[in-house]
Amino acid sequence: MWQWFHKLGSPKWFFGIATRLMPWLLIGGLLLLAAGLVWGLAFAPKDYLQGNSYRIIFIHVPSAFLAQSIYISMAVAALVTLVWRMKLADVFVKAIAPVGLVFTFLALFTGAVWGKPTWGTWWVWDARLTSMLILLFLYGGVIALDRAINDEKSAARAVAVLVLVGVVNIPIIKYSVDWWNTLHQPATFKLTEKPTMPMEMWLPLLLSVLGLYLLFGWLTCLRMKTEILVREQRTRWVKELVLAGGK
Amino acid sequence: MSSAGRTLVKPIEQGVGPLSAMLAVFSRDVRVAFRQRQDLLNPLLFFVMVVTLFPLGVSPEVSFLQQSGAGILWVAALLAVLLSLDHLFRHDFDDGTLEQLVLQPQPLFLLILAKTLAHWILTGLPLVLLAPVLGVMVHLDGNSIVILCLTLLIGTPVLSLIGSIGAALTLGLRSAGVLLSLLIIPLYIPVLIFGTGTVAAAGEGASVGGYLALMGAFLVLALTLAPFAAAAALRISMSNS
Repeated sequence: MWQWFHKLGSPKWFFGIATRLMPWLLIGGLLLLAAGLVWGLAFAPKDYLQGNSYRIIFIHVPSAFLAQSIYISMAVAALVTLVWRMKLADVFVKAIAPVGLVFTFLALFTGAVWGKPTWGTWWVWDARLTSMLILLFLYGGVIALDRAINDEKSAARAVAVLVLVGVVNIPIIKYSVDWWNTLHQPATFKLTEKPTMPMEMWLPLLLSVLGLYLLFGWLTCLRMKTEILVREQRTRWVKELVLAGGK
Repeated sequence: MSSAGRTLVKPIEQGVGPLSAMLAVFSRDVRVAFRQRQDLLNPLLFFVMVVTLFPLGVSPEVSFLQQSGAGILWVAALLAVLLSLDHLFRHDFDDGTLEQLVLQPQPLFLLILAKTLAHWILTGLPLVLLAPVLGVMVHLDGNSIVILCLTLLIGTPVLSLIGSIGAALTLGLRSAGVLLSLLIIPLYIPVLIFGTGTVAAAGEGASVGGYLALMGAFLVLALTLAPFAAAAALRISMSNS
């Protein structure tokens, strides 16, 4: 029963799976994202209030989604690192922290671009914006701590502690800034509830969210493979892999 | 212990209960701190100076100071605590005392809790006691000053507790000071929001009970969870060096 679990911990096994999975993730992600974006940007109806400027939602919402889910997945991996000392979990945390930072930045940036025509300002000290900014700081802290510690194992475990402390804090930050100041609209996109926007807007949004998730999966595999190669460079399977020309 | 140097630790023997071990760590930290009085004064001076910068740098007008005084005091107190955190484990780490603490049979998180409490008594509490004077200088009214001190009294231990995690994580690293701020400031934000929010609510004549209860909840949460995280972080840092 535990065999899959041990397999999951083996970098070599993961390397093989990731290599096979990556083309599918890339193709699927690109197709879905292209479909979602073309549909959303060119064919979806105009918003009656915001006109064409709302169309940035097709980039803004997927990025914001990923920014948050990446932190949560990092926290799960951090727990696995601390409890089971699984090698792959800390490879995962290390590989995706910069990706999370970039998506958080994208969400903030597209939000600013969207805010200018609709709110008339690039930035407001609003609950959502502020908590995303703090999320950006948390990602920055995680990356900085990881870079500051030379020893790989201690770095992984220290980062894991920090990520877990951060995850305890995220709901607190969210509620504190929620009560503090609010302008941002409530969540526009929930899978569990009936959408408040028309189908022609909701479906392309769904497509681009799914597409970006698949692309994130591809990127994660790529970055984890690189990290695994660096860490396992002295093992025999990596040497054989390199001698065989990476095949 | 009377003529002992600062590196001497009262040995905590096997069989000594966790509470007396905590007491020993606590009293030792306080005693060591009083032999280095300048270290005690520095955060306080920093606190006063940062507060001074605002009337000089922004505006000395009474209306501005009245409105933002509580925020200024809170931010300055937060920065002063942040500045002092580096000392929490640094000296003990350098002279090897910390290694002995980690090796004690008593649970490490309790000993860290004792160290953190000592840190609060030595930096947080003096800040709270100094706050009324600075509150008068930024023209806060009496009621606001009382509420401000109350929020600082509940808030500064939270700052010390959360800070102990950061101090433990960055122990023995290059440029630990800047890194510590990067890691800890995002975690301090809720405390700051509610601390200043309470004073603002009091200024508008609203009830502050709910705010204070929430800050109390932060304190309880930090008190129960932070020592565990700090202990885990400390073990990692110790094995690193």
